[in-house]
Amino acid sequence: MITLKNGLPGGVYPTYERGEKVALFIPCYIDQFFPQIAEATAGILKDLGIPIVFPEGQTCCGQPAFNSGYWDEAARVVRHFCDVFRPFPFIVCPSGSCTAMCRVFFEQVDPDDRIVSVGRRVFELSEFLVNILGITDLGARFPHKVTLHSGCHGRRELGILDQPIALLQNVKELVYCELPNIEECCGFGGTFSVKMPGTSIAMGETKAANVVRSGAEVVTSVDISCLMHVGGILKRNPQTRHIRAMHIAEVLVQR
Amino acid sequence: MTSQGLHLSGAPFLRQENKGLAEPHGSRALGESAERSSKHNRQVTLSVPYWEQWREEAHAVKRFAIHHLDQLLVEFERNAVGRGATVLWAKDAEEANRHVLDIVQKHQVKTVVKSKSMVTEEMELNHVLASVGVRALETDLGEYLVQLAGQRPVHIVTPALHLSAEDVGRLFAEKLNEPFTSEHEKLTDIARRHLREEYLRADMGISGVNFALADTGSICIIENEGNAGLSISAPPVHVAVMGMEKVIPSIRYLPLFLNLLARSGTGQKLTTYTHLVHGVTPGRHFYIIILDNGRSNVLRDPASRSSLFCIRCGACLNACPVYRRTGGWAYGWVYPGPIGAIITPHLVGMEDAGKLPFASSLCGACGEVCPVKIDIPHQLVHLRYRAVNSPSPVRSPLERLVWKAWSWAMASPLRYRLAMSVVRWGVRFAKYLPWHPAQLGAWTRGRELPEVPGYTFRSWWRHRGAELSREPATPGKKSNPVTQEVSA
Repeated sequence: MITLKNGLPGGVYPTYERGEKVALFIPCYIDQFFPQIAEATAGILKDLGIPIVFPEGQTCCGQPAFNSGYWDEAARVVRHFCDVFRPFPFIVCPSGSCTAMCRVFFEQVDPDDRIVSVGRRVFELSEFLVNILGITDLGARFPHKVTLHSGCHGRRELGILDQPIALLQNVKELVYCELPNIEECCGFGGTFSVKMPGTSIAMGETKAANVVRSGAEVVTSVDISCLMHVGGILKRNPQTRHIRAMHIAEVLVQR
Repeated sequence: MTSQGLHLSGAPFLRQENKGLAEPHGSRALGESAERSSKHNRQVTLSVPYWEQWREEAHAVKRFAIHHLDQLLVEFERNAVGRGATVLWAKDAEEANRHVLDIVQKHQVKTVVKSKSMVTEEMELNHVLASVGVRALETDLGEYLVQLAGQRPVHIVTPALHLSAEDVGRLFAEKLNEPFTSEHEKLTDIARRHLREEYLRADMGISGVNFALADTGSICIIENEGNAGLSISAPPVHVAVMGMEKVIPSIRYLPLFLNLLARSGTGQKLTTYTHLVHGVTPGRHFYIIILDNGRSNVLRDPASRSSLFCIRCGACLNACPVYRRTGGWAYGWVYPGPIGAIITPHLVGMEDAGKLPFASSLCGACGEVCPVKIDIPHQLVHLRYRAVNSPSPVRSPLERLVWKAWSWAMASPLRYRLAMSVVRWGVRFAKYLPWHPAQLGAWTRGRELPEVPGYTFRSWWRHRGAELSREPATPGKKSNPVTQEVSA
């Protein structure tokens, strides 16, 4: 049996050969509500000289149904995902949570190797840049105080934490502010946010208070889903409305 | 379902959740204490350089034990009986209670002192004893407090986590006629004074079991207050009740588990007292009750089996951001927090506890701190799947239909685009609605909705991106790290 770490056999990242095509997987909510994040992701990869494709047949990774217990319904979407992305050796996604779904949980939905092997080729943007390309400086400049929210799925399932920090610390004139209790969940949790709104909002308010305490003007993350929730709470309060929630890709394309 | 079902039907998680939050003081005291413990204990565990090896080792030992439960329990029984103990088996809580009542009758027991035991909470043993006129007094300080207050434990290690020193002072003033104080030492003195005499008066002591050692036939009980030691040694009869998953193969592994349990549970290197009970001295009586009570159901489900590895340290409760805000009662039964959410559905049935696996944001903090590496977060998702596919309060034909429609829409890019444009218009116009129904209302209760942009990425790509992917890289314009670093 192969041991899996970070959803990868032995925790080892594959080698990227220059010129290999990279497929963009843009999660549904980014495609529909935050297209500028996908543009930034495409821009970053393009500027690195990486040939990118956006398979237009793509829809969703199936996570909402999977986390709600509807695995059979998720399986149909997962199979569609794999049909769309099967030709590509590298699939890059600007979300830790969706990447975790593909790499770690596809196996639960359908253990067929044709499904699992596609899921294992999905990489979150910051880990693709840092772990696979070995790049931590993208030449960005962003003269603001920025704190990082670390999404739980990305950190605990895939080990994503140092990568976004390294990328942020190389952004010129950016002041990195540590987020108190960075390891604690923001309370989004997908359908949890509307199934148990009281607890979800209470958790989000704690996170928002920690963002304020960090002294940052901008809170960033590899997961915009968390930020939609935390940002929605920050926006609700007139005293915290000025704090912007930005995906890390948006920060990394600032010049 | 017997008595257990009662609490669950009275306290489904969803309803309790909001109630807990409506009492900010109560839940804040609990949340802050749990968070403090979690941080402290985490620091203690991570300061052990071989912590991860310990966890792996303990996981392997427990895995062996649970996969050889039939043999180990029989070996344990043989060795315990050889040392003079009487071993009794119980299929469920009812049978275990009958055993206890038989012992009570045989030894003409009038009063019982109890040291902390979660398994006797499963059995509702105190009520059962009271029904035959036997007074059972909890001697663990936390258990004593919740018993005095007429409550149930909020936590499996620190049952009175929700009570502040002021709360305890008021409780003692009301129930014990003591002058009010909120000083910790004085409060401890009051409890000690009231409890001490009870040990000598009691006819029987009841305890739980932390570890049952198959090769020596002994049981291990750990504690910090000395109450367990007194409860099991002062009265002439000792009844130890254990869940059948408590057996480990050998005393050789005990130090490993003691190290893990104390650090994860209370942040101690070792608890103040570690009792090893090897058999019985002449003139005294020692009974061990081995209880199944639904544990066989866990054993039957391979994906859930490792939840039987649990050593009841409570680390997952302290680490859980949901537990910290809702407290233990919201979970409706004996075991709260993430571990409760994965074992309760098996122990009392999906019909009653199907909502529990949904009481989580799936953040994974529980799995990270578990000293025996139970994959709690993955089991939560697995049980969600079981819950929506079996008779349970979350099984809903309507919700199934919604997800079926979702799945149908998401399996085609055209249907995806159509469905999503409906969602976009919905979100766009939501701000003009005076009132938000259902899930939309749940979101906007405390959060703003995102702004809906005038375009989607895929529409942008069609106009701009396709040419972007064809364009050759433009080295002169910007530095191109890939050519420098990756091709090297």
